[in-house]
Amino acid sequence: MTASGAEAALFWVLAPLMVLAALGLLFARKAVHAAVCVMFVMVGLAILYVAQEAPFLGVVQVVVYTGAVMMLFLFVLMLVGVDAADSLTETIKGQRWAGVLLGLGLAVVLLGVVAQATFPPAVGLAEAEELTNPVALARVLLGDYVLAMEVVGVLLVTAALAGLVLTHRRRLSVRPTQRVLAAARVAGIEEGRSLTPLPAPGVYAQNNAMDTPALGPDGQPLPHSVPRVLRIRGQERSATAVLAEEETLVQRDDLRLIGVGPSSGRTAEPAGEGPEGPAGPTGSAGEDEDSDGEVR
Amino acid sequence: MEITNYLGLAAILFAIGAATVLLRRNAIVVFMGVELMLNATNLAFVTFARIHGDVTGQVLAFFVMVVAAAEVVVGLAIIITIFRSRRSASVDDVNLLHS
Repeated sequence: MTASGAEAALFWVLAPLMVLAALGLLFARKAVHAAVCVMFVMVGLAILYVAQEAPFLGVVQVVVYTGAVMMLFLFVLMLVGVDAADSLTETIKGQRWAGVLLGLGLAVVLLGVVAQATFPPAVGLAEAEELTNPVALARVLLGDYVLAMEVVGVLLVTAALAGLVLTHRRRLSVRPTQRVLAAARVAGIEEGRSLTPLPAPGVYAQNNAMDTPALGPDGQPLPHSVPRVLRIRGQERSATAVLAEEETLVQRDDLRLIGVGPSSGRTAEPAGEGPEGPAGPTGSAGEDEDSDGEVR
Repeated sequence: MEITNYLGLAAILFAIGAATVLLRRNAIVVFMGVELMLNATNLAFVTFARIHGDVTGQVLAFFVMVVAAAEVVVGLAIIITIFRSRRSASVDDVNLLHS
């Protein structure tokens, strides 16, 4: 039995795209990109299932794989750290070439088997799915395989328990009280740590993002006001860049106002105060003191 | 188009998944390679169900999906546990038993 023309068109459009996405999994440097590629492959497979007279499996594929499994993968990626890139140094000598060779060999062997084997003429599922596909599946699933179905239920419960047990963290030390924490803070002064919470990131007229440092009372930027994670990743902006940006904005506003006529007080004010005027280093210190204390 | 083309696609996807398991170091990406292999076999199951006119193949694919879901839960929990103790998701760093 050969597939209909529409199905052939669907297959020849979808299959190369799916293979490309699968290669994306193999070659993408970042794990998140690989996850998105796998999602594409899985949605493509769901479409192919529907085309192959298995609509129930197509829906289950979308719900279980793209909906649950890949979301779980993304959650774990966020938990582990998105920037955990692969190291490119080889720990086992020649492993890369051996891997490439084995992968290509497997592809050749499998494709050879598919090409060599003689398949019986395809029957199609029109007869087996007399009523509908879910009904036919349910007859087999809850008839012939009812025991396997029960065992799979036990397996799912066991897996859920295993997930709970494996990710459970036992507290190894006594939970520190407020008094202990206060004493530790005071003791840390001698080592150069600060008694107060770290300053919050800078608040400027145009910018209050986490990546901009606050300005101290002396007008100097405070690098430790930017969260540690951003500093490690090198995603921090310098105060001079932000201030220069605002300077140009103020100037542009001034030029426009000259053409319009008498300026309103709002735009004239920052120009008079100079670039450092709107920078309030303690602007948002109150809101996120608690979370900041943990992050840094 | 012959229906066996689907089997060819399944073979290619399976080989790419296997190559991912062999070549990549990030444990999560390796795990996604395993998932890709499971999906490729599912496609083969569905195609064979169609060739033989018997929905048992689809039932088996369904069971594979359920087992894969359970396996993902346990596997990712293990990866998180290792990450907590070793601060790394690379399969190279799990060498506690090495000398």
